[in-house]
Amino acid sequence: MDYPTFPRDLYAELDRLQRQVQQAFELSPSIRGFARGGFPALNVASTPQSAEVYAFAPGLDPAALHVQLERGVLSVSGERASDFGDASVHVNERFVGRFHRVVALSDDLDPEQVHATYRDGVLHISIQRLAAAQPRRIEIS
Amino acid sequence: MTDHNDEPSREARAEAPALLPPVDVIEDKTGITLYADLPGVSKDRLNVHVEGETLVIEGELGLDMPKDLEATHVEVNLSRYRRVFALSKDLDPERMQAELRHGVLRLRIQKAEHARPRRIEVRAG
Repeated sequence: MDYPTFPRDLYAELDRLQRQVQQAFELSPSIRGFARGGFPALNVASTPQSAEVYAFAPGLDPAALHVQLERGVLSVSGERASDFGDASVHVNERFVGRFHRVVALSDDLDPEQVHATYRDGVLHISIQRLAAAQPRRIEIS
Repeated sequence: MTDHNDEPSREARAEAPALLPPVDVIEDKTGITLYADLPGVSKDRLNVHVEGETLVIEGELGLDMPKDLEATHVEVNLSRYRRVFALSKDLDPERMQAELRHGVLRLRIQKAEHARPRRIEVRAG
């Protein structure tokens, strides 16, 4: 590791450190960039019968949310508008603008059996696995 | 909205790890509006209250989870939100309105009557 001769501002140093740590732990990051910290935040889980994705995307019109599944790659996109009129802004932390997140799931999912529900600002996408891919118990006679 | 003065576990709750929800705060002539992102929090799991001059926003995450769930990628790893703000004296905590829609809390706090800006007329001499 090389250290700069001149101390720069602290945030720039933290950024650099974060990139170094990323590089040290993620040998080949995704082409779409570092996965964490995007909008909406994603939790992904699986069950023997399905894949479950939770996108934490508050304040959206469900009709304007786009969910797509192609070859086991799920993408969620949409846009969130600003709530500011001509009022003065003191704190501005919430995400505004267009978003697009992509998550690679497994290949054994059935694109015909996708259920998406939007409740309390969480988009829950449940995708059934293909019947052929589900574990079967083999009877012993 | 409730007033909590008698909870023994208040300090314990304040120390427990919680998600820090992002907020926007805007101000107009009659008051302040706060928006907080609380995805996954339903109305009955939201708790907004004022302790003295401190505004406390707390919420519990409630998700529909099927059985035998095995997490493979987790970005939201806590099930509680908490954020605390100091209120300023020109605001009237008695006149606070809270609305929760699609996981966004909109909190409107009116300015106290005496604190509304009055325009002072400047006369040409």
